[in-house]
Amino acid sequence: MKLPRFDYEAPATVAEAVELLAAHEDQASVLAGGQSLIPLLALRLARPAVLIDINGLGELSGVSVTDGFVTIGALTREFAAEESATVADAVPLLAAALPLIGHEAIRSRGTIGGSMAHADPAAELPAVARALDAEFVVRGQSGDRVIPAAEWFEGYLTTSRRSDEILLEVRFPAVMPGTGVAFQEIARRHGDFAIVGLAASLTLDDGAIGDARLAFAGLADVPVRAAEAEAFLVGQRPSAGLFEEAARRATAGLDPPADLHGSSEYRKKIAATLVRRGLQAAARNAGERQ
Amino acid sequence: MTDIAMTVNGATRTGSVEARKTLADFLRDDLDLTGTHVGCEHGVCGACTVIVDGRAVRSCLMLAVQAAGSEVTTIEGLAPDGALGTLQQAMWDSHSFQCGFCTPGFVMQASAFLSAHPDADEQQIRAALSGNLCRCTGYQSIIDGVLLAARRSRAGISEGISEG
Ligand SMILES: Cc1cc2nc3c(=O)[nH]c(=O)nc-3n(C[C@H](O)[C@H](O)[C@H](O)COP(=O)(O)OP(=O)(O)OC[C@H]3O[C@@H](n4cnc5c(N)ncnc54)[C@H](O)[C@@H]3O)c2cc1C
Ligand code: FES
Ligand code: FES
Repeated sequence: MKLPRFDYEAPATVAEAVELLAAHEDQASVLAGGQSLIPLLALRLARPAVLIDINGLGELSGVSVTDGFVTIGALTREFAAEESATVADAVPLLAAALPLIGHEAIRSRGTIGGSMAHADPAAELPAVARALDAEFVVRGQSGDRVIPAAEWFEGYLTTSRRSDEILLEVRFPAVMPGTGVAFQEIARRHGDFAIVGLAASLTLDDGAIGDARLAFAGLADVPVRAAEAEAFLVGQRPSAGLFEEAARRATAGLDPPADLHGSSEYRKKIAATLVRRGLQAAARNAGERQ
Repeated sequence: MTDIAMTVNGATRTGSVEARKTLADFLRDDLDLTGTHVGCEHGVCGACTVIVDGRAVRSCLMLAVQAAGSEVTTIEGLAPDGALGTLQQAMWDSHSFQCGFCTPGFVMQASAFLSAHPDADEQQIRAALSGNLCRCTGYQSIIDGVLLAARRSRAGISEGISEG
């Protein structure tokens, strides 16, 4: 369908964008890559009175490294992060997830901040942010806030961002030596949203697991960490039997939603398979990186 | 209404548009470049794919006002003097298309991809074209055409004009 009418603002500074957001309260939407918001407009699932286009805010794009953190500007395009050597070296889990987002042409425009602010529970990047305990930096009228990933994702397409706040950047902790990562997903076709996805990271220390991180996409209305399975893995040596038991623990308490892409039991079964595969791949990858 | 100017297929084009007009509709309705097709109008079919500042994008998911100042290439820009480029000729030779509705989107996506990845293999080509839907061909002939174009480019055989 053709897009509904809206007023259009293209602020030249972040301060101006924040002012505009505050002035229009919850009647305004930020327009970043438009790869989620424009379809929502076309389908009349969103009807903002005003679009605040942040594509002119060049200061919001780019990747930088400071004090063990990799900071990615909200407006950094998905393809640019995918091509970034810094991301590949220092946040390999993010690098593994990026090529799985939609298709080439989607990643040409789609932004890191847009995916995080949209917070689709089946999306790859929110699961990565949750697995790595990323932090979200937002700016509103009352100043800046730093929000940990555990508090950022509140529900289906809902974050803890207030309506007058703009997401400025996402900070990822740089990878520790000895860490292997994998992003695994099952989707009907290449580029589709995952039925279930898994972000996995294992850090080996003298052959034993020092740190384990598992976060699922597509199993609830927010990305889900498998805390019990993570704790179980720490201190042990990687083996097929260990990963089998981790898969059981990671999925035991789950009650995933059913939809036309898969029943609840099917999702649970896929989730267990992904844990096994993800941990195996991460352990292999850790060996290669040591 | 907002006055905009952009470079389309090498020429400066101007217009006066509502903010809600997509780049796809601006190209088709205001500039009469109806080679860009509009299928789903919400980002899933790829028929509207054009190249903006060197990258393939969905023109139904970009506002015309957002393309102001950009360099846009549409299907009409690939064979400006009527001679087919390497990619178009290879797709012709491979009988890549049937009804042709999806054609401009596939050709623009493949063109952007091959210029960035001239050495792409079949797997990479399949991934690159995964966002374009075709209701007729079953895709194999499209993949064959793009592979043939990649092979011919590498061998330095260029029928007609060659794409950049
Ligand atoms: C065909 C298709 C397939 C796709 N497949 C996938 C997939 O497999 N996996 C996946 O993860 N995604 C997929 N996507 C979505 C894609 O990743 C989007 O790019 C992303 O979800 C949104 O990013 P955007 O920059 O386009 O944001 P927009 O669409 O511009 O915005 C999305 C939402 O975030 C808000 N927002 C954006 N930036 C900010 C900011 N800086 N501050 C505050 N609010 C902000 C907007 O107001 C809006 O509510 C797909 C999209 C399409 C069309
Ligand atoms: S018309 Fe743009 S993707 Fe279908
Ligand atoms: S040739 Fe008919 S849709 Fe592709």
